[in-house]
Amino acid sequence: MTRLQFRLVSAGALLLLALAPALLSPFSITLLNFIGIYALAVLGLVLLSGIGGMLSFGQAAFVGIAAYATAWLTVKAGYSPWIGLVVGVVLTGLVAAILGAVTLRLGGHFLSLSTIAWGLATYFLFGNLPMLGQYNGISEIPPISIGGYALSSSNSIYYLIWAFLIVSLVLAANLLDSREGRAVRALRGGQVMTESLGINPFRVKLITFVIAALLSALSGWLYAHMSRFVSPAPFDVTVGILYLLMAMVGGMAYLSGAIVGAAIVTLLKNSIQDWLPVIAPGASGQLEIIVFSVLFILLLQRARSGVVPFALRWLPRVQPTPPLAAGSLEHRQQPERGQPILTVAGATRRFGGLVAVDNVSFELIAGEILGLIGPNGAGKTTMFNLITGALPLHDGKISFLGRDISRRAQRQIARAGIARTFQHVKLRKTMTLLDTVLLGTYGRTRSGFFAGVLRLDRAEEARAQAEAMRQLQRVGLADRAFELAGNLPLGNQRLLEIARALAADPALLMLDEPAAGLRAAEKAELARLLEALRAEGLSILLVEHDMDFVMGLVDRTVVMDFGAKLCEGTPAIVRRDPRVQEAYLGGVA
Amino acid sequence: MNGEIAAILAMDGIASGAIYVLIGLGLVLIFAVTRVIFVPFGDIAAFTALSLASLETGGRPGTVGLVAVLAILATAVEATALVRNRALHRLPRALLFYLVLPLVPAAAVWFAAGTTLSMPLRIVLSLALVLPIAPLLDRIVFRPIADASVLLLLTVAVALHFALSGLGLMFFGPEGVRTKPLTDTVFDVAGLIVNGQTLLILAASIAFCGLLFLYFEFTIQGKALRATAVNRIGARLVGIRPTSTGTIAYLLASLLAGISGVLIAPVTTIFYDSGFLLGLKAFVGAIIGAMVSYPVTALGAVMVGLLESYTSFWLSAYKEVLVFGLLIPVLLWRSLSFSGTEEEEAEE
Repeated sequence: MTRLQFRLVSAGALLLLALAPALLSPFSITLLNFIGIYALAVLGLVLLSGIGGMLSFGQAAFVGIAAYATAWLTVKAGYSPWIGLVVGVVLTGLVAAILGAVTLRLGGHFLSLSTIAWGLATYFLFGNLPMLGQYNGISEIPPISIGGYALSSSNSIYYLIWAFLIVSLVLAANLLDSREGRAVRALRGGQVMTESLGINPFRVKLITFVIAALLSALSGWLYAHMSRFVSPAPFDVTVGILYLLMAMVGGMAYLSGAIVGAAIVTLLKNSIQDWLPVIAPGASGQLEIIVFSVLFILLLQRARSGVVPFALRWLPRVQPTPPLAAGSLEHRQQPERGQPILTVAGATRRFGGLVAVDNVSFELIAGEILGLIGPNGAGKTTMFNLITGALPLHDGKISFLGRDISRRAQRQIARAGIARTFQHVKLRKTMTLLDTVLLGTYGRTRSGFFAGVLRLDRAEEARAQAEAMRQLQRVGLADRAFELAGNLPLGNQRLLEIARALAADPALLMLDEPAAGLRAAEKAELARLLEALRAEGLSILLVEHDMDFVMGLVDRTVVMDFGAKLCEGTPAIVRRDPRVQEAYLGGVA
Repeated sequence: MNGEIAAILAMDGIASGAIYVLIGLGLVLIFAVTRVIFVPFGDIAAFTALSLASLETGGRPGTVGLVAVLAILATAVEATALVRNRALHRLPRALLFYLVLPLVPAAAVWFAAGTTLSMPLRIVLSLALVLPIAPLLDRIVFRPIADASVLLLLTVAVALHFALSGLGLMFFGPEGVRTKPLTDTVFDVAGLIVNGQTLLILAASIAFCGLLFLYFEFTIQGKALRATAVNRIGARLVGIRPTSTGTIAYLLASLLAGISGVLIAPVTTIFYDSGFLLGLKAFVGAIIGAMVSYPVTALGAVMVGLLESYTSFWLSAYKEVLVFGLLIPVLLWRSLSFSGTEEEEAEE
């Protein structure tokens, strides 16, 4: 399907939505209103949990905060619902920012548990505050009016609800296709990966959390003025689970999953309410929750990805947008050849009683490939982690381009010009090759969340895409730019990681066992690539096991054994060193 | 507030804390062995209380029906798995464990209904009734996804709680119950009236913590549980079967929850859905113990009890708000002392 066809289909869908009140019964429109309101909150949940990997059971609480804010302001204080919208959104955003600041540093399940806790706390707060009407809630909430016209019927508020939903959906899609959106999508790859790209994962998580809460706030505001009544029950943790069910049914990893899931669950809920009393008169209340819980558990056991990815398999694929590719990002001036760019002085790292790296010192000269070799357990990977900041030093000093980086955070070191790859490839399998390499440009580009959402980032995005395509070309993957990273064989995944690292325009490229698992031809190709990069003035630090690969490529090597530096020098010198032979072969006969 | 009220509140707090301790320890145990954060655990305690109350009035507890339904489901799941794996010779054993054994106490209660039973017998019967619930749920719900991420298991556990509370309403009805006190004795300690019930709660809680400690330290099964908690694959390599240690963990934890249910039944009115809050408060304690430390969990649970007791004096309406709100500063403290171990997430 071409872009034009896709636009035509979308326009047709919009037209149908606009005509719905004329075609459908009022009851169906009420259902559509509920679907839209749920979908808004679920959209936030998809961003937060499905894409960002932060599972929340407490979104209903954010819906509640905004709903109560607008209810109180319009009923008790007599303000317009539009003031209610502003206050509700601001209040929800503030609460989310505070909660997020406290809980988002926690590991996966602790975060989710805390969402249950504050979800419950909020529910009990609604139920006990006299000013919010305790468990009776607040009734007689006025309808929203636009230019003197009150949206009091379900047909009229329908347009407002779906306008909010569609605009939110488009903006969320814009976000995901931007610099910060890619960072959100990278979050699930883990802290070490995101930091190595210069991303501050905590900041990205916090903003995503607030965005999700704001979408819930919109949902709450619309809910309060549609049902004209609020009470604690619709904002309970039970409803938070219902949102999660909707996201899961639709497809947690897809924005459209929010609408599909909300629609399926709402319609299902409605039909269950129709036929349960027939099957089990008198017991329908509890049966409903049992049916939903069992359905949810079965889904989690058997079909976690939801309806949307399943449907996408049968629908024609929309042609990918060709890269914007115009202009180029600024390149760094590589340091002059022959200067030391990385100096490790007396680096020491202990794990309990074990000294994994013991007083190691060496230098890396600009424009050279330095090999770091040693038998298993020599401390190479620890050394690697010390330089990149993934582990803090216990003693010693590391400077890069004349600056002390010993105490810097990983992302600061990454931004200073050290890019790395991983021994166990760290890629997001569901991102395209182009997006993966674009992640590498994160540290060189500026556009924030706001610019991404409003598409103000296109000029910079075009330059970044041009750069990413160039790097893909360089590693020979340009013709597969729109394939998914997870579909590549291991050898190509390693090349993709190198392309991602190069997109950061580093002064120093650090490769952790890049040849592991590669076939002979792939190794030769990799060696050619690294030689070409050296010729361009890039400095490379290589940790590697494959001796043929290392010795044929590097200018000098540093040999480590049992945490200490054994010797260093050109491959020829190192090869002849009896200590090295002893370490590798256990003594020469 | 004078000293006397403060002392009474402290005593109440410690007593309810002692109840949360038992549930909290069970939560930590199950999490350590199976990686499941067993949210419906409080429901097990509540169901024990409801069963006990029903036996007291000579009724037939809803647990009988519940266990029967779960046993049939678990047997069906197990039998399907056996047929699929062509291991039909293990069918008799499966029938024994998943159908016959869980139904023995249920059958006993079924036939005993209407006769008056002595209190110890009632307690033993209700514990026996409730014990199979968690292991059966484990078989039906968690074992098919035993290798899933902690987050997924947690989501399933939360959904399971809602299924159970629905089933609870169906089998137990909406009425709240309160059982006869286990003891009427009252002590006078330095002018302060101390309920025998409070002392009993404390004594039982301490005794079972001690037993748990002895079990972990001195029995081979206890050591197997600890081994599984440290490293599942390693435990498997030395011949420990994770599924059977899982079942033992569930049984043991259910016993703790059941006892807490017996202890709380005379003190608080219990409804079919009271378990959620019971479990979550115990859970706050477990989080204080970072889900790994038994002693810190116990301490945390007592703290929750105390906090609840004092806030119910000053701000009784906001009791729950404060208890769950407490989690936020606790988490803040936890996140500051968080060592930052990387938890890689598997893509789904």
